[in-house]
Amino acid sequence: MSGNRERTGNREQGTGNGDSTDGWVAGARPATATSGIVENPFFEYLLRVADDRLVLGHRLSEWCGHAPILEEDIALANIALDLIGQASLLLKLAGEVEGKGRTEDALAYFRDAIEFRNVQLVELPNGDFAATIVRQFLFDAWDVLVLERLTAASNQALAGIAAKALKEAKYHVRHTAEWVRMLGDGTAESHARTQRALDDLWPYTTELFLGDAIDAEAVASGSGVDVESIRPRWREMVEQVLGEATLTVPKDGFAPRGGRTGRHTEHLGRMLADMQSLARAHPGAAW
Amino acid sequence: MTVADSRREEILAWLDEVKDPEVPVLSIRELGVLRDVEVSGDDVVVVMTPTYSGCPAMHAMEVDVVATLARHGVPNVRVKTVYAPAWTTDWISDEAKAKLAAYGIAPPARVEADELVPLRRRAPVACPYCHSVNTIVRSEFGSTACKAILFCNGCHQPFELFKAI
Repeated sequence: MSGNRERTGNREQGTGNGDSTDGWVAGARPATATSGIVENPFFEYLLRVADDRLVLGHRLSEWCGHAPILEEDIALANIALDLIGQASLLLKLAGEVEGKGRTEDALAYFRDAIEFRNVQLVELPNGDFAATIVRQFLFDAWDVLVLERLTAASNQALAGIAAKALKEAKYHVRHTAEWVRMLGDGTAESHARTQRALDDLWPYTTELFLGDAIDAEAVASGSGVDVESIRPRWREMVEQVLGEATLTVPKDGFAPRGGRTGRHTEHLGRMLADMQSLARAHPGAAW
Repeated sequence: MTVADSRREEILAWLDEVKDPEVPVLSIRELGVLRDVEVSGDDVVVVMTPTYSGCPAMHAMEVDVVATLARHGVPNVRVKTVYAPAWTTDWISDEAKAKLAAYGIAPPARVEADELVPLRRRAPVACPYCHSVNTIVRSEFGSTACKAILFCNGCHQPFELFKAI
């Protein structure tokens, strides 16, 4: 792994072993990290499902007041609200599964970047409107497939949250797919920007379909998704929309990874510094 | 009907006073957010489900439930939130939909089998003011999670649509 964007950056925990592809080097693993030896795999799994939503929801909320048109300002804020709402329910459940008394707020505001389990795709800076829409579409198409499967989870609480989130995700993907079509099949400028965004973001989609032992255990217990198995359907959905949008599907190749075990781009730490600042400056603050 | 049953009916009737703060024309019962009331001796558990995962009005409605029942002399009230079955606009009765239209919010259509068809390619929505179907979708998302923004070319009024989910 090389380059700036995929190197682990963290404000407090030091840096990861940039050459390793399967975890932190011995001795470099902070006490708070759960990568490597995992005490409670289902807690870990729920963090993955929750953190994708929390981080992407926060990224989208950064558009509030800045989107190119009022309607999209409202749309992005609404999608952010749905994702953060889902994250809140999932983190609450994760806290109960962990059984150490951590609330959803404790998990959202008092974990450092290395303890986050989201894919790197969702933590990248927003870029321009095309990049935000393309990322959202690539995620939403995946999310619908994931949530469809989680509605059948043996854990009833997870199944209930997934069924609710699925309705929201379908509304999201409908909206973002329509925007990808409009931007791709729009002006020369919008087409070029959308294709560039797609080319930049495509490598990060590989991580969405990488399962490991944590996923396998969740699948075995009846409360997980075999992410590799949904890739063909995802490609079909995505390629259809990209075709209608006159966009070229990028080739697979370089594929950053590591978010699921706490190895993130330098961008996540900065985002969390912003997201967590109020809760950390004023512990227990409420309104 | 047992004593607990009649108590339950009484409490459900009182809870009709609690409205959705963002759609004040509908009670939480008409909206389908109020799912059940469980009575066990003096203890009352009010079972509710959110419209959307991040619905910011949920907390206000919970506080309102407790305050309303306290006003009717029911002190030991707990609110239990459930997520399954997931809330759907199909739970809103035709009578309640008529109230929405009279209030200026176009009521939700039945949830369609193919949910992935974009809103702007669906059957036209009638304007709640002049009933013209010459309307366009201005924004698939609106002032609250549950609404979209449309515009009526007939009477030149923007209006809100309750999203069907």
